[in-house]
Amino acid sequence: MLDNNQLLRFTTAGSVDDGKSTLIGRLLYDSKSIFEDQLEAITNTSKKKGHEGVDLALFTDGLRDEREQGITIDVAYRYFTTPKRKFIIADTPGHVQYTRNMVTGASTANVATILIDARHGVIEQTKRHAFIASLLQIPHIIVCVNKMDLVDYSEDVYNNIIRQFEDISSKMLVTDVRFIPMSALNGDNVVNKSKNMDWYQGAPMLHTLETMHISSDINKVDSRFPVQTVLRPQSEGFIDYRGYAGRVASGIFRKGDEVTIMPSGFTSKIKSIDTLDKELEEAFAPMSVSITLEDDIDVGRGDMIVRSNNKPEASQDIEVMLCWLNNDGAKPRVKYTIKHTSNDQKAMIKEVVYKYNINTLDRIHDDKELKMNDICKVKIRTTKPLMIDSYRENRTTGSIILVDDATNETVAAGMIV
Amino acid sequence: MSKYYLNYLDELESEAIYILREVWAQFENPVILFSGGKDSILVTHLAQKAFYPAQIPFPLMHVDTGHNFPETINFRDDIIKKLGVQLIVGSVQESIDDGRVSEEKGKNATRNALQITTLLDAIESNKIDCAIGGGRRDEEKARAKERFFSHRDDFGQWDPKNQRPELWNIFNGKHFEGEHFRAFPISNWTEMDVWNYIKRENIAIPSLYFAHEREVVWRQNTWIPNSEFLVLEAHEEVVTKKIRFRTLGDITITGGDESEADTLEKIATEVAGMRNTERGNRSDDKRSESAMEDRKRQGYF
Repeated sequence: MLDNNQLLRFTTAGSVDDGKSTLIGRLLYDSKSIFEDQLEAITNTSKKKGHEGVDLALFTDGLRDEREQGITIDVAYRYFTTPKRKFIIADTPGHVQYTRNMVTGASTANVATILIDARHGVIEQTKRHAFIASLLQIPHIIVCVNKMDLVDYSEDVYNNIIRQFEDISSKMLVTDVRFIPMSALNGDNVVNKSKNMDWYQGAPMLHTLETMHISSDINKVDSRFPVQTVLRPQSEGFIDYRGYAGRVASGIFRKGDEVTIMPSGFTSKIKSIDTLDKELEEAFAPMSVSITLEDDIDVGRGDMIVRSNNKPEASQDIEVMLCWLNNDGAKPRVKYTIKHTSNDQKAMIKEVVYKYNINTLDRIHDDKELKMNDICKVKIRTTKPLMIDSYRENRTTGSIILVDDATNETVAAGMIV
Repeated sequence: MSKYYLNYLDELESEAIYILREVWAQFENPVILFSGGKDSILVTHLAQKAFYPAQIPFPLMHVDTGHNFPETINFRDDIIKKLGVQLIVGSVQESIDDGRVSEEKGKNATRNALQITTLLDAIESNKIDCAIGGGRRDEEKARAKERFFSHRDDFGQWDPKNQRPELWNIFNGKHFEGEHFRAFPISNWTEMDVWNYIKRENIAIPSLYFAHEREVVWRQNTWIPNSEFLVLEAHEEVVTKKIRFRTLGDITITGGDESEADTLEKIATEVAGMRNTERGNRSDDKRSESAMEDRKRQGYF
């Protein structure tokens, strides 16, 4: 049974006030993922702080500064396992000045959970979180309508919030949205089904996370294999071995497939797909393997092996939705290093097309300066072609980062339009 | 019909292999930090997979505090011989002899913090630009904030508030001369994942992890092994118990649990039922609420 258990990554965005920490604490506590010494430690802290009972939010305490200020600054990763799945939570702060951290946490998630305080309904922050989830193309969204205990578990309030949310989400690129009324504080509909909301026919949050279909989240159509490094053992039995090591970014590769090497355009056939355990007949995303080819051709890091009948676009001019991550804003006419799969090139931002006001989602056309947390559409020119797909079709071959050569810092992350 | 998704252990394995290959591609002179504990053994096992049929293309580095379990050192030497890789040893005793550090004073004095200097010296003198570690985010709250590629400045220090964002699977290992990185390929594994995987792959681990008879002393709510370094208090008594160790550090600070688990199956079952965290028996973490964060900032593993 264990053999079929999948890994699900989800992200939470929110501040202490939304009950985000309480929700995570409740998930961990009710799924028995918290150890006794941790429980003892937070019981003591709760007492010291004069809280009644155990403050579940304390489970998500992080660095010293965060404890002192009572906020989440950075992304923290948390783990729990149930008999059905292993979960990784990317726990991110929710305020506008931490947009970049939310984007980071969202970049690898299968599911975004968006918290709404039932008393306040859909607010600016909800809109922002939904926008980031759609921008990063997180395949599934769970809207947690929290603090239902403070609105007398009212079905009307809940239905009204669903309508408000659908109003904004209908304008975004989101496909799978589910709503769950809950009280994280009291444990209603988090792990256990609520006894206070008979009108809700759906499953609690954990059951939803355990059963939602995620096998189709990875693109299985467009076969892409960015080469990370070349394996040349030159040892007995492997004198002429030349294996291209990498992780299948998307799609499926089979022994005997006709492949093209990008950007050179050379073609060959897959001779073998190797791992230490055994030779494979086929490899699919996200498997790490070593591929050998029938012909002796020049292939190295930065090249991409693709199926000959389905190639990505090779382009030096790319349009990107960019999130600026660095304290220092973008510098005009500076060459950045652009990292795209295993390929590094130089690139320049040619034009800022527009910027988003990420609270109202209005496009701003007259302010083109890029500062930290800004999300904007830009045109980028690279020194050599990149082998790209659109981010909507392929999260791996559709994403880039920019690195400032003066500081070596990662300054921006982009999704190819 | 074949299924086109991976189970969670295969996905974690694939992710770790990807990270190890990125390290090899992006750095000039990486090493695996090898303590002889299960996590660094796991990283070494994954490195074999990442570079097969080639050998692991970088050395293992051991920071030797001198306060070792003899079993750990034997295990280390065996694995080096088996893999045919180079071993680099940084010796805390040498750091003490050279006057770089001095022994801690007091009752629970250990060489734990002293390792930081030895580690950073070894990184500098061997011109290492990336040290691959077996740190996991589930171990401790400061480690929960670690990146896969974690930058260290030219003093070897970690600045947790100013880390490079990591998005998707794109890792930025660019650095200036004198700086280095720590890479953590098994960041996303939990203790349970590690044991399930060791069991599945039947990976050899030191005998210390299996239940065995040993002379121990009850101290700080755990069974501390008797050794030449242990100074007994008047009220303390050496007894023989059947114990096993859940984590391995210095012999002076690693506490054991009474256990009957003498096979990988039994260990995995026992760990699944554990109600305390893995590092709960490590006195190095018990010194203060931010003990790990403070050490990591200075350059600890």
